[in-house]
Amino acid sequence: MTLLEVEDLRVRLRTPRGPAAVVNGLSYSVGEGETVAVVGESGSGKSVSVLALLGLLPARSATVTGRALLHGEDLLTMPPERLRQVRGPGIGMVFQDPMTSLNPVLTIGRQLVEGIRAHGEVSKADARRRAAELLGEVGLPDPRGTLDRYPHELSGGMRQRVVIAIALSNSPSLLIADEATTALDVTVQAQIIDLVERLQADHGTGVVWITHDLGVVAGIADRVLVMYGGRCVEDGTVDDVLEHPAHPYTRGLLGALPDLAAPAVDGEVPDLTTVPGVPPAPTDLPPGCVFWPRCPVRSDPRCETQQPPLAVVAASTGVLPHRAATWCAEEAPRG
Amino acid sequence: MVVLAGVSVIVFALVHLVPGDPVRLALGTRFSQETYDALRERSGLDQPLLAQFSGWLGRALSGDLGVSFRSGDTVTSLIAERLPATLTLAFASILVALLIAVPLGILSALRPRSVVDRIATVLSQIGISVPEFWMAIVLILVFSGTLGWLPSGGYVPLSEDPLGWLERLVMPAVVTGVVSGSVITRFVRSSVLEALGSDHVRTAQAKGLPGRQVFTWHALRNALLPLVTVTGVQLAYLLSGVVVVEIVFSWPGLGQLALQAVQARDYPVLQGAILLFAVVFLLINLVVDLLYTAIDPRIRR
Amino acid sequence: MSAAAPTPGPAPRSPAEPDAPARSSAAPDATAWSSAAPDATAWSSAAPAPAPRRARPRWQETLGLLARNPSAAVSAVLLLLLVLVAVFDETLAPSGPNEISVADRLQSPSLEHPFGTDDLGRDIFSRVILGAGVSLRVGFLAVAFALVVGSLAGLLAGFYGRWVDDVLMRAMDVLFAFPAVLLAIAVLAVRGPGAGNTALAIGIVYIPVFARVTRASVLGVREEVYVRASRSVGASDLRLLTRHVLPNAAPPIIVQTSISLAFAVLAEAALSFLGLGTQPPNPAWGLMLAEGRGYIDLAWWLAFFPGMAIFLTVLCFNLLGDGLRDVLDPRQRTLMSGGGR
Repeated sequence: MTLLEVEDLRVRLRTPRGPAAVVNGLSYSVGEGETVAVVGESGSGKSVSVLALLGLLPARSATVTGRALLHGEDLLTMPPERLRQVRGPGIGMVFQDPMTSLNPVLTIGRQLVEGIRAHGEVSKADARRRAAELLGEVGLPDPRGTLDRYPHELSGGMRQRVVIAIALSNSPSLLIADEATTALDVTVQAQIIDLVERLQADHGTGVVWITHDLGVVAGIADRVLVMYGGRCVEDGTVDDVLEHPAHPYTRGLLGALPDLAAPAVDGEVPDLTTVPGVPPAPTDLPPGCVFWPRCPVRSDPRCETQQPPLAVVAASTGVLPHRAATWCAEEAPRG
Repeated sequence: MVVLAGVSVIVFALVHLVPGDPVRLALGTRFSQETYDALRERSGLDQPLLAQFSGWLGRALSGDLGVSFRSGDTVTSLIAERLPATLTLAFASILVALLIAVPLGILSALRPRSVVDRIATVLSQIGISVPEFWMAIVLILVFSGTLGWLPSGGYVPLSEDPLGWLERLVMPAVVTGVVSGSVITRFVRSSVLEALGSDHVRTAQAKGLPGRQVFTWHALRNALLPLVTVTGVQLAYLLSGVVVVEIVFSWPGLGQLALQAVQARDYPVLQGAILLFAVVFLLINLVVDLLYTAIDPRIRR
Repeated sequence: MSAAAPTPGPAPRSPAEPDAPARSSAAPDATAWSSAAPDATAWSSAAPAPAPRRARPRWQETLGLLARNPSAAVSAVLLLLLVLVAVFDETLAPSGPNEISVADRLQSPSLEHPFGTDDLGRDIFSRVILGAGVSLRVGFLAVAFALVVGSLAGLLAGFYGRWVDDVLMRAMDVLFAFPAVLLAIAVLAVRGPGAGNTALAIGIVYIPVFARVTRASVLGVREEVYVRASRSVGASDLRLLTRHVLPNAAPPIIVQTSISLAFAVLAEAALSFLGLGTQPPNPAWGLMLAEGRGYIDLAWWLAFFPGMAIFLTVLCFNLLGDGLRDVLDPRQRTLMSGGGR
């Protein structure tokens, strides 16, 4: 059953350098118990697109349009009070940097308890009990003792568990993890991913996992959405996208990952092993295909002036369509 | 501690850096040899330098800062006499400063680039740049001269005449308070702005806390912690930096005492006043550090 | 907001001083007065500049950015005018500073005397013009002194660390413990009044400020890869300091210079007002204010115009300093609140 349905999400930010088109018509959906990975470089609009859903962008400088239905209710047009109620029980969010996403001057317990008590009549004692349970669930040793500690007394991995506990404290139907493991070392990263998968299995939570780490994607996602220049340039099942990338950008990303990139046929080195260049500034997007300035293929003359639409790739295999926004897919060497 | 030692050496050296004979300078041109010798002996200037220093330091530690060249009173009693006035003014000023700065700073941070913010920014910029003695003169002109609402200066103890005390306190406190307040306003604004944009505020919003709760506990609280430090520094500045304002308002504080000592070449008094200010400065810093340890869990260990 | 969203600008943002908590009590880290709200707008910088970090500020770009900040630009122009006025004061002033004309005493502003005349019939307009030179000379001298001594101390302390750092910064702490105005008064008490001594007195007060600003930015730069790289290929200390460390530590120092000039002008005025700075009959603004104080309800212009001159000059230096900070050093940890006011 569909949990979240995002349609034509667009975000404009006012910046000192002029208006920035950060998200440009993004559509996707997340089902119950499903994990959707959103992949892209820094600056591709991944984070902004989810912050927009929760109304966490600065109201003064951000304009958000489109629709984002959570259980059929549009998050973008919700009155603020209703949106506040959705934050927590509807959508839990885990942020990237565990070092800064907790308030340094309040105890862990207090930060958990206030979240729990913001959504329903719960006594302080009950909320504390629930908080300790949650800390245990996310695998923190000595949950009770941790309640009275301050963030700086915990390691980065432990803090991120606390942040996850906070996100889960109101049993959200959707969990958004924004680069939740990027700042952590690999072993901790693996533990956190395990944790989220377990919780997902237990509660049927839908997950949107934002990352630029394709290794993580392969590990946890059901579906992948590749973002570039504020657009979805390719989406489909993990198998389709990772094994048969159609968009030159996706192929570039994969080429950068030695253990995932298909070994080149006949020992030939694939053309695209990294993605040279930098993503376009959202204040100054190219007129045609967003990837054109960096694209090593450019096999279609239309690319320079027109944005290719997201179209089903011929080789779609699964139940879900495998789509890519490119005219250059034919050139893809099948791996 | 090291700092304190350095401070005392410099304060002591002050008298000896004066070209010429401080006693002779202090006495002016007409004095008898006996007066000269007596004063010289009393101030210990006839002894070797090191002995003088250790003697002076020892006495200073026990609260004896020497004797005024001019009046013959002990420096300690002169300072004690002036201290209440200076403390009153300093604390009144910091109160004025905080009353202006905290609300104004928060308001402008909440609505950056709004009308309120722009006005606050301009006002604080003016407050930082305006010479306090000029502002004092203008205030006297308006409120004592033209309007005749307030006395132009002076000081009466609170116990004798509460209303008169307040009337005389208002203008000097406002002058120094506005200056400090301008500095603090800018600090509060940027501090609150920074806190509002911090990651943990976003976390708090994301867990669905009501806006007011997010602001009070996650933005304001964090933003105002460093205010303790800034207020401490401003208080230290006010205690010593109000010399000019004390002069304009004939406020019988330590600044006035120090200035009179300079003009009269009354070095023991000047030494005493400077030493006291430096010690107070260090004390305030100590108190700020302790306070900070008490309120900021990151420093608590 | 993506993970490694590159920070805008020239890059080397000096991290917090490692020993910040120890010293910060005396010099509060009043972080960034920067007007740039720390919100998602950092996004605008999404095109990261992988370009090698520039070793020296691009002057043209700096000026261009400064020109887009109206208050800073106007301030810069006004200050330039003021310097010109100070240089050509004798030519510009309609009459000499000490031309006494008792018949014309206490004239209110008129075409002949735009700012009126004082108790001795001297033309206040001329005296304000001539006072500009006094203020600026003392201000520049004081800041130059503080800049040279303080920055050198900060540079050595930050670069060599260990005992050099300890000794120098302790000494700075001692200086810092003295209340600014009183320290200046004490210096003047020892050395006697006069413009040169006033400059020295104010300069001494600001040495620790420059030392701290410089040290902080040197610490930030010292461990940068390219400095270590240069060191590893055997560059001499002097070369390292002058070629790498100093240029990168420059922006905060420049900002501090502008702000210190504001305070130096203010301090000179205060000291002259107290009768310790410039001595009569020289036309210093603070002195004129003190002289006019007695006539305040009789002839407001005596105190008004010199006061305005001080205020505007200080305001311009402050605004310029703010503008420079926004352009050069958006996240500078300013030492201003500890610096004197």
